[in-house]
Order: sequence, then C-alpha cells, then structure tokens
Amino acid sequence: MKVTLKIWRQKGPNEKGGFKTYQHDHVSPDMSFLEMLDVLNTNLIKKGEEPVHFDHDCREGICGMCSLYINGHPHGPLQTTTCQLHMRSFKDGETITIEPWRARAFPIIKDLVVDRTAFDRIQQAGGYISVNTGGVPDANEIPIPKKVADEAFDAATCIGCGACVAACKNASAMLFVSAKVSQFALLPQGKPERKERVQKMVAQMDAEGFGACTNTKACEAECPKGISVTNIARLNREYYSASISSYEWQVGGGGE
Amino acid sequence: MKLDSKIPAGPIAEKWTRHKFNLKLVNPANKRKYDVIVVGTGLAGSSAAASLAELGYNVKAFTYHDSPRRAHSIAAQGGINAAKNYQNDGDSVYRLFYDTVKGGDYRAREANVYRLAEVSVSIIDQCVAQGVPFAREYGGLLANRSFGGAQVSRTFYARGQTGQQLLLGAYSAMNRQIANGKVKLYTRTEMLDVVVIDGKARGIITRDLITGKIEAHSAHAVLLCTGGYSNVFYLSTSAKNCNATAAWRAHKKGALFGNPCFTQIHPTCIPVSGDHQSKLTLMSESLRNDGRVWVPKKGIKGLKAKDAVNIPESERDYFLERRYPSFGNLVPRDVASRNAKYVCDEGRGVGSSGLAVFLDFSDAIKRDGRNTIEAKYGNLFDMYKQITGDNPYEVPMMIFPAVHYTMGGLWVDYNLMTTVPGLYALGEANFSDHGANRLGASALMQGLADGYFVIPYTIGDYLATIGWNDKVGTDHPAFKESMEQVQLGIKRLLDINGNKTVDEFHRQLGHIMWEYCGMSRNEEGLKKAKKMIQDLRAEFWSNVKVLGTSTELNAELEKANRVADFLELGELMVDDALHRSESCGGHFREESATEDGEAKRKDDEFAFVSAWEYKGSNQAEELHKEELVFENVKLTQRSYK
Repeated sequence: MKVTLKIWRQKGPNEKGGFKTYQHDHVSPDMSFLEMLDVLNTNLIKKGEEPVHFDHDCREGICGMCSLYINGHPHGPLQTTTCQLHMRSFKDGETITIEPWRARAFPIIKDLVVDRTAFDRIQQAGGYISVNTGGVPDANEIPIPKKVADEAFDAATCIGCGACVAACKNASAMLFVSAKVSQFALLPQGKPERKERVQKMVAQMDAEGFGACTNTKACEAECPKGISVTNIARLNREYYSASISSYEWQVGGGGE
Repeated sequence: MKLDSKIPAGPIAEKWTRHKFNLKLVNPANKRKYDVIVVGTGLAGSSAAASLAELGYNVKAFTYHDSPRRAHSIAAQGGINAAKNYQNDGDSVYRLFYDTVKGGDYRAREANVYRLAEVSVSIIDQCVAQGVPFAREYGGLLANRSFGGAQVSRTFYARGQTGQQLLLGAYSAMNRQIANGKVKLYTRTEMLDVVVIDGKARGIITRDLITGKIEAHSAHAVLLCTGGYSNVFYLSTSAKNCNATAAWRAHKKGALFGNPCFTQIHPTCIPVSGDHQSKLTLMSESLRNDGRVWVPKKGIKGLKAKDAVNIPESERDYFLERRYPSFGNLVPRDVASRNAKYVCDEGRGVGSSGLAVFLDFSDAIKRDGRNTIEAKYGNLFDMYKQITGDNPYEVPMMIFPAVHYTMGGLWVDYNLMTTVPGLYALGEANFSDHGANRLGASALMQGLADGYFVIPYTIGDYLATIGWNDKVGTDHPAFKESMEQVQLGIKRLLDINGNKTVDEFHRQLGHIMWEYCGMSRNEEGLKKAKKMIQDLRAEFWSNVKVLGTSTELNAELEKANRVADFLELGELMVDDALHRSESCGGHFREESATEDGEAKRKDDEFAFVSAWEYKGSNQAEELHKEELVFENVKLTQRSYK
C-alpha cells in the first residue's frame, strides 16, 4: 500500500508547529499504525532528517502511552488504542492526517508527544484509599457483591491515555476522573473518604485547566476501553452529595 | 570475592520470622533522616516507594515514563498466586513453595522461595484494602483459578488485566505519599549510572529525557526496580522501552549478574508478520486448555489458516498430544515452545514465514458450542482478529513462541542487596526466586512481595548499621566524574554519525540471540554468537547513526544508549549459556538431553547460581558460584509424558 501522511511537526513546547507531508510507499496492511511510523522514521533517519517523535510503549493496548489524533479521531477510526490499529483499516492511496492530542492541559512537548502529567496530579489529589502497607484485614473479610465488584472493575480499566480529553470539544477530563471516583465510590473500602476524594479530584481537575462537561458523549464514543458515561453521572452525584451533605462529626454528631 | 547469601539459620518455616527479629531497626523518629532512591516504578518500585515513605523515609522515585502507571507490569494478564487456600483444595505456604522450586527446575534458593510463598497471603489482603477489584463469586468472596504448574486453584485475577489493577493499586499508594510530600517523583527521567563511593552505593546519575539535563542525586541507599532484559532479543513481549541499562550500569559498578542465560519463552504469541515487526503480543496460555496444537504431517510451504480447514485429520500431526499423551497441549511453557521450534525446523511450520503452528479451536467449538468458547476467550479472540485479520472462530489461530521474561538478573542476597552495599534489586531486575523457569502468575507475586513486604524490613538493617551521617553529597568528586562519563558516552554516540539506525543494530542483535541463545542452544552456535556479537558491537560504535542533540527530547539517543548496553549484556548471556552445559528450565542445551530429546539437568555439576563479575571493557567476566543447598525439596527430573 501507499499512503500520504500529513504529520504535525513541532520542535519544542514554545516553538511554532505545522503540518509536514510525507509520501510513504512501503506500507504493508499487516503493519500496526505505529510500525508504519517506525518505517517512516527509519527512512527519515537514513536521509538525515529528524524522525517524528510520538509516545508509545507496550504496544498491546494497555499502558495508555500511545496517543495520536488520526483523521480527526483520537486513536484513529477504530475504538482501540493506536498501537492496536493496523494499516488494513486504511485504503491504498489514502491521505492520513496525524496530530497530537490538543488540549490546554496537555501541552505539546515535541511533534506528537504531549505532557499528560495533569492526570497524575488529579490522582495524587485523592485517587487512592488511605491504607498503609500491612495491618489490613483478611481479603475475604469484606464481601463485595459480584455486580458491584464488576462495575468497579469496569471503571478501573481506564488506561489514562487521554483520548476522552482529545475527543471532547471542551477538552474535559470528566470521563477520566469519573472512572477513578466511581471505582472507589462503589467499593466499601472507598467509602470512608468518598466525599473528600471527589471534591479534591474535581478541584484539581479544574485547576489543571480541563474544560466542563456538556454531555456530548464524544469521550465514551472514542474511549478505547469503553468506559461508560454512566461514570460521569455517578461523579456528578458524588460531587453534589458531597457538597450538600456532611459527615456526622462535622456537625458535632459525636456529642461534643 | 566471596558470595554471602545471608540465608538465616533454622527450619525453613522459621527463617523469615527469625530474620525479621534479628534485623536492626531504625527508630521511627530517625527514619526521616534517611533518603532512599527508587529507580523504576512498576509493581516492585511503586510498592517499595509507597511502603518506605509510609514508614517515614524520604523517597525519590524515578521513571523514564511520563507516569508510573505506564510501567510494563501493567500488561500482565493472567493473575497473581497466593497460598490463601480459600478453595479448601489443599493449598498451603509449603505447597506454593514446593511448586515454585520444582517449577524453577531446582535452580532457585529455597529460603527466598519460602519467604515469597509466606508473604503471598499478605499481598492479596493489601491489594484488596487498596481497592483492587479482583474477580469475585456471587457470594461476594474472592474467586480463584488454576494456572500452569499447580494442581490447586490459587491464582487471584482481575479478568485478563490483573497486572493493570495491581499496578494501579501500588501507583495509588505511591500517589498518596507524593501528596504527603514523602515521595518526590521524577518522570521522564532515566538513570544512567550508579555512583559508588568507598564501596557503597551513594546515588545515581540521571538524564532528563525532555531537556537532556544530566543530574546527580544522592541517598543512603538505591533500589533498582527496573525490570528484565527480554528486549535484548529485540522482539519480545516486553514494552518497547523496557531495557537493561540501569541493571547493566550497576553491574559495571560492581553488582554481580546472576544466571543471565535464564530466559523464559512463552509458547502462545502471535507470530511475526514481516520485517516491520516491532514487538510480539502474548495471548494467555489458558488458550491451550481448549485449543489443539498441530502442523501438517508433511510440510506445505506458506500454508494459510483459511486453507488449514481443508487438510484431513489423517494428515495432521497434533505433536504435543502425540509426544506427551498425559499432559498433551498443557505441557509447561518451555516444553511447548521447544516442540513448536522443532516442527518448524523440520520444515512443517505454517504461515507465510513458516515460523508458526496452528492452535485450533474447531473441536472445542463443536463440543461446547461457540457461545461457551466466546465466554471463555472472547477478548483474546477479538485481539487476535484485530492484529492478524483472521477470525479464530472460523480458522485456526497461528502461534509461535516469544521471549517473555528473564529469570536472571542482578545477584542479591536474602536481603535483596546486590554485591554493592546499599544497592538493592527488586522484582524482575533480580535473579532470586524463579530459578531456571518462572511459573505463571508468579511474577506479580514476586514484584509485590519484594516491594511491600521484604525491603521495608531488610533496608532498615543496612540503614541502622551505617547511620544517617554516612551520606555523601552530590558535590563529591565521584558524582562529577560519573556525570562526565555519562556525558562523554552520549557525545560519543552522537559523534559517530554512521550509516545504520539504532533499530537496525538492535534487530541484528535480536536475530543472533534468538537463533543461538533462544529456545535451544549448543556449544558451536553459542561460540559463533559470541563472535558475532563482538563484531556487531564494534560496528555499532563506528557506524551507528543518531541524529539530533543531547539537549532535547531525542528518542533515538535514548534507544542508542540502551542498545549499547544490550550489546554487552548479550555477550554475557551467551557466556553463561556456554558455561552451563546442562539443560534446566528455560535453558536447553542440546548436548544435555535424554534419549527422547527431553531436557536433562546435571545436579552434581550445576546446582549453583552463576554470578558474573564485570572486569572491564571487553574483558572476560569472572564467574562466581553460589552453591544451592536443598534441605527440603527432593530433586527429581521433570516428566510430562
């Protein structure tokens, strides 16, 4: 196959970027999309041109490192990660446009590589259950209904790639945040901190400059792991309930 | 150098308890006076960083990823073993210990394995408390499944994404300590050297991958949790960026390397589709429960999966069922892999490359119905279709073995300390628990055991012994010298400006390793490989092409640094494989086989750990031996006939 690639090139965070066109004549339909870029890069290096930088690692769809906005879709035309996308999904002679994730909270580092550490800072704000190593109860001491465990698991499968933000016209991170909030709100282990957790994570999300959610559901449509917008509804409920209610001790329920 | 494994005295079941009591403690108020560096933030690194910070130590954690959650622990599918005996099927700490020593083909240290089995139960408790959503039964209690090499159900799992959920658990525990200010996290930062002063590890040299800045960091102790070295083969199931650089550079600073030739080759991977192939994808070995492995009796060049259905039963060779009637398609990983290689060597391999065998589900679908098979393996079938374009409900899958895990690694004593005082190795980066072959669902167990439940105890003993004043600042000349060395190495790579890309060298190295130091090894081939690697290394240093500068994000430069190290490690693996003229576990020497071609150990000669000492650039390494003493497990030859 032959393809024409229009790729966003940008030397550094503060440099001006732009599209550059490359003709790629040696593409096998069995190549993954990233392998197609590997071959392009080998050819560029041989010609003395700097290769295209893009993020990638596991190449089996789980680490969340690969990104790329391909022909107007995060991770390209299929609902998978870019590393699991193969060239047989494209037509011979097709022009393919490749851009980085575009969001204020994900600044461009170089070419197609963006900084997604805003996601980590949201997790650091409260995406955990406060237990130390050791001294925890036996694992079977807390029975959890299978349906609840399964629902929590579904939320927990988020890979943190940021496709939801890239897909959203508001660059909202609600799907990502709601997945973590949901996992812990559903599980009994997460209940003691559920109010602070949702408030802190949402505050950090806002501080990072992510946009608001206007329920277009583009995030769900593009999420390579099929995270459901039901989680966003749950996040909203958690957030409002945390805002309007309080723990007993906050009203002196302990009898002081 | 005398190797002291520091295995505690006493009966096996009491060793760890006694040892914990005998270890020195650091007073809670003094812990904040100690700094610890953790390199790598996968299961071992994240769990160690979190646990040490909870105790009060100041932790600096480093990862070359943008986030700890990207570490390749995340890709582990199957599960994690623990001797909980929740199924009432006769499991115990002793049985998990026994299975692991046997599964490792009697080349692991008994005391370490027993401890691993002992703390396995606490790991599950810990993960559940963190909110890891393990699979559950309808009654709300935890579910288990069985896995290779065991006759009990002791594997805990989270669908096919157990590694992901465990890593996210450890990552969340570390995030909490980052928020508490006890862990300082450095992302997109790669370790390029260990600084050793007065015989102790005092810190590391790192490169900021975005700015290229070389920096020094000092601490009282350094933990390497940097994973394995499967990518020396270029094609493996490891992530693209997995590398041996941290471990290898520590080796060059005095840490002995244990059993480098022990690599695990997994039988059920998706075959190579062409020269562009960048990595291999593993599919859970659970597929062999229902899939039948076969090739045509007579070789057919370029046989496609869609044409396989036309081949009559009488012309098919179900070679695993034929050779191993009692275990059939469920023989252990090494046996299944080797037999696939044999039939391909005979010219009976299938697919365009001839390097694949069929894994056929048609009988299972006929017997159980498509719905049942879909419920069991649906996601794997989808993944296979996604990658290959073939539909495994209609045509057989094609599979071929691929490098998956390295049992070898930095030599450590019972405290997980390398031969450099103050330098520790955890998880896949060390050699300690899996012997010559790792059982399924044991890698996650070991990574978390080391990080949550071993290092928090053992590091205290070292720190209490040296005292908090025994720390060297980064203004010490040794740090400056090491930084200069690192910078020189980088400059050297950029100055070559040759004609071949880093990937081309890496691929060539991978071919050599796979051909001569892969599933089956012999003296002649290994000697040939040694020379080929030396030549390739010389060519690399005169003809590699790395564009760009050292002061920006430069992926080619990162790769070049790593491949330079693989080119040295590869030779040591070959040396080790050459020296160990027995077959054991994943290491099969053709000269040491039984009459019917099965692996044959030589316990009288080789019941030891090979620990190699670096002697300088292009010098032969020196072999040290740690004799393995088996007081509890009786050594027998494995048989799956």
